[in-house]
Amino acid sequence: MAANPMYQFNVYRIGPEIKINNIDISFTNASLFMVISSLAILIIFNLGTKRSIIPNKIQLLAELSYSFISKMISDTAGSKAKPYFSFIFSLFMFVLFCNMFGMIPYSFTVTSHIIVTFVLAAFIFVGVTIIGFIKHGLGYLKLFVPSGVPMVLLPLIVVIEIISYLSRPISLSVRLFANMMAGHTMMKVFGGFVVSLGIVGGWLPLGFSVALTGLEILVAFLQAYVFAILTCIYLNDALNLHH
Amino acid sequence: MLKKIIFQFLALSLIFTYSAQSAESGGMPQLNPEFWISQIFWLVLTFGLLFIILSKFILPKISNNLETRKSQILENIETADKQREETEKKVKEFDKIINDTKVEAKNFFNSERQKVLDDINNKRLSLEKDIEKEIIKAEEEIDQLKKTSQEKVTKIAIETSSDLIKQLIGEDINKSSLSAIVEDLSKKEMEKHNGI
Repeated sequence: MAANPMYQFNVYRIGPEIKINNIDISFTNASLFMVISSLAILIIFNLGTKRSIIPNKIQLLAELSYSFISKMISDTAGSKAKPYFSFIFSLFMFVLFCNMFGMIPYSFTVTSHIIVTFVLAAFIFVGVTIIGFIKHGLGYLKLFVPSGVPMVLLPLIVVIEIISYLSRPISLSVRLFANMMAGHTMMKVFGGFVVSLGIVGGWLPLGFSVALTGLEILVAFLQAYVFAILTCIYLNDALNLHH
Repeated sequence: MLKKIIFQFLALSLIFTYSAQSAESGGMPQLNPEFWISQIFWLVLTFGLLFIILSKFILPKISNNLETRKSQILENIETADKQREETEKKVKEFDKIINDTKVEAKNFFNSERQKVLDDINNKRLSLEKDIEKEIIKAEEEIDQLKKTSQEKVTKIAIETSSDLIKQLIGEDINKSSLSAIVEDLSKKEMEKHNGI
């Protein structure tokens, strides 16, 4: 059963079944890793709040992450995005820690589930749309009408813009989910090769596995970064209407 | 031979693993909606709590820390700048003092030198005056001497000539006529001397 590369994505109940109004909200391994990731973030960043002029290592880590994300937001979405800093910070850290905890063997990758990434992306999409309408009123619809387009092409362009806008949550969620799932499946497949090819032929897939692990750690960081930066870009569209 | 065996083994195992995996796999667990609600619930719960705690308690502290550090560093830089300016001022003052003293020393030296030179000049002038006076005096003396010597010479000449004549002839001759002759001769001589 463990040889199945998709087995690692199974969600199973931990502890008793919890039901509210016939809806199953039991604690699962996915919930466990969400809790672990959140706790890890809170512990690390709480240790990084020590007041000292010369920071220690954890404080330096926390402060560097803070300035990294703050710079990312101000670069992509401008100074108007300052109030959304803590949301994007939490989002980036949550996705990053879930991805990174998924890299531990026999652990569970929360972000490899489309439902999780889709809920995050849908929340961002809805939130950005609401912010856009609050800031610009109906003028936010100008987002779909780029300037400098000939009148003949305008209907087509508007349709394309609307479709691309509506597909944002799907592309955002599927990008993260597919990356995580594909990477972990590949690692599992190569791991299976190592076992089935044994001592004679197992060395090649083992090498691949090692290389893939490095690649996957990179992807784990990169996808969290991409997720956060795309959120910033969407936020930028809503805050500074350029079209 | 060994290569062939290894390749056959590799190919066989690949086939076996694929068949085993395809037999076992039952699609993607991600698309099984059994735990979707539970995942959404726990995601909202954990992420919401994470967001609230981070934004309310942790991130303000970090930003506060960063800001205090920034302001402290700026303050330190400011005080350092101030101190640097002060030292520059002090250095300038010091330089000025040194320059002033140098100028003063030069002036002092110059004035002293001038004094000494003046002194020397004065002394030399007075000395020259003295010397001139002495020279004039000496010249006067010489002049006088010249005059007196002429008279004396004529006197001596008259006496010697009278003596000579006395011894030669044996009788006294009128002194006044003799002196007239001697004077006439000496005049001629003097004219000869002075004329040429």
